[in-house]
Amino acid sequence: MLPYLLVAPALFVVGAFFLVPLGFSVVGAFEGPAGPTLDNLGRAFGLYRTDLLFTLVIVAASTLLTGLGAIAIGGYLTLGRNRTAVRMLAAMYRWPLFIPFIVAAQAMRGFIGQNGLMNNTLIWIGLMPQEWAQSFLDWRGIVITFVWKQLPFATLLVAGAMAALDRSGIEAAQNLGAGRLRILLGIVLPQVARNVMVALVLSFVTMMSVLSVPLMISGQSPTMLTVAMAWRINSLGDYGTANALGLVSCVLTGLVAWIWLRQAAQERGGRGQGGGAT
Amino acid sequence: MSRDSVFWWLPRGLLLGLFAFFVFGPLVNLVLWSVAEAWFWPNRLPSQYGFRFWERVFRPQGQAMESLWLSIWIASLTTLLCLAVSVPAAWALAKARLRWRAAILLLFLLPQAFPNLPVYINVARIFFTFDLNGTVAGVVLVHAAHGLVYSIWIATAAFAAVEEDVELAARNMGAGPLTAFRTVTLPLAAPGIAASAVFVFLESLDEFTASYFVGAPEVRTLPLLLFSAAAGGNMQIAAITALILLVPSVLFMLLVERFLRAEVLAKVGR
Repeated sequence: MLPYLLVAPALFVVGAFFLVPLGFSVVGAFEGPAGPTLDNLGRAFGLYRTDLLFTLVIVAASTLLTGLGAIAIGGYLTLGRNRTAVRMLAAMYRWPLFIPFIVAAQAMRGFIGQNGLMNNTLIWIGLMPQEWAQSFLDWRGIVITFVWKQLPFATLLVAGAMAALDRSGIEAAQNLGAGRLRILLGIVLPQVARNVMVALVLSFVTMMSVLSVPLMISGQSPTMLTVAMAWRINSLGDYGTANALGLVSCVLTGLVAWIWLRQAAQERGGRGQGGGAT
Repeated sequence: MSRDSVFWWLPRGLLLGLFAFFVFGPLVNLVLWSVAEAWFWPNRLPSQYGFRFWERVFRPQGQAMESLWLSIWIASLTTLLCLAVSVPAAWALAKARLRWRAAILLLFLLPQAFPNLPVYINVARIFFTFDLNGTVAGVVLVHAAHGLVYSIWIATAAFAAVEEDVELAARNMGAGPLTAFRTVTLPLAAPGIAASAVFVFLESLDEFTASYFVGAPEVRTLPLLLFSAAAGGNMQIAAITALILLVPSVLFMLLVERFLRAEVLAKVGR
């Protein structure tokens, strides 16, 4: 009995300040002035279809780029032959790890604007004529900020898994003359695929609920669902539609997590059979 | 041909340089803005440097200092609350054989696994009826629900890494269960628990969305101040506030490996 009593206060905090409001959000999505209704969901889809698509494209693109970046950096950290270069990369990639999104957004805002430091530097070095300078403060800016912020986290998980691999397989392939890219794609990546997926699903969920970045990087419409929800609450006091939008984003992340879990389960089943055959 | 030759450093250096530009460019931009007293187009760099805005931010009665102390106060309370409920819970999860152990651990992960914004707007709605909106207590409670995953998971791993032999030895020498916990188990798990406390503290210090819905406008934490400065077009104040938030994050990133021993890390989530 005692152990359960010891866990109870912590469970209460999560229950009262996360689970109950989460339940409210689901119920609220179907709440109308005259009893249960589907109006909220209808309004959410009717008014915010573009924003929904926009959110999906942005978050999917950011997740994909984060994954590619993490595999590339992790791969170089594992297979890189020059120790100085590996050490330099390892020292650099982590910096944004704990930097909050709102700080990332503020830092990016001045960096990627039309007269931002990025364009100014490229023009100054002579890599780009003045006329090419354009502002990235739109959906691309959101993607850049998301990748900048999430890449260290994903890389940490992926590179950690790669470093823990048994090196004999890699060495055997190297002795047979396989190139590094082939080793990365054919030997290293399949063994850490699960870790890559964990990193990407967690990144996907995190990015789905960030409000500050779309708010600060790109104010124009279409925008992300989080901004739409905040607007529904702050300007209209419309909890019904906001909760319907919240439900949609929860279902979306739930779907992503479910696909991941299913794939992970299949993979484990397949690997079990493979083990039996040998 | 050796891979260490100058020839190989050309593509390598180019790629590393590009990556450094991507990682550090935005940060350099923040630093430049914080000391730019005048930076107008078409100047590529600020035309006038100075610490005028720093002085304005750090004036004792200034709004930024008030926000900074408030943020630190909220983060401290959040950390205390999380530790107070997590240390007993983590001990039970690590040492007692709980039937629903895996499910309970997973439950604390939920706040990280769902989009949070819909939850926050409903917290704000519930808190409104309890008069908790716009209060420090309200913000602390929401931050704590979110930070618990760190304190529970890491503290559980820290307790699990304490070997049973050591505790048994203490018990054999006549120590009661509580004394054994206080003098042996807790001190051995302390570094891990301290690391989890830093995680919770930083999470609360940096939190924006929950504070925005539950705390604003009465409770103005540093991230909220940063947001309103940025929205008001005050790039210098926004940059300085962002830098204040940046320093502890970067320090923790550099030190985290020393805080968390490998034995503890290997047991996180197990």
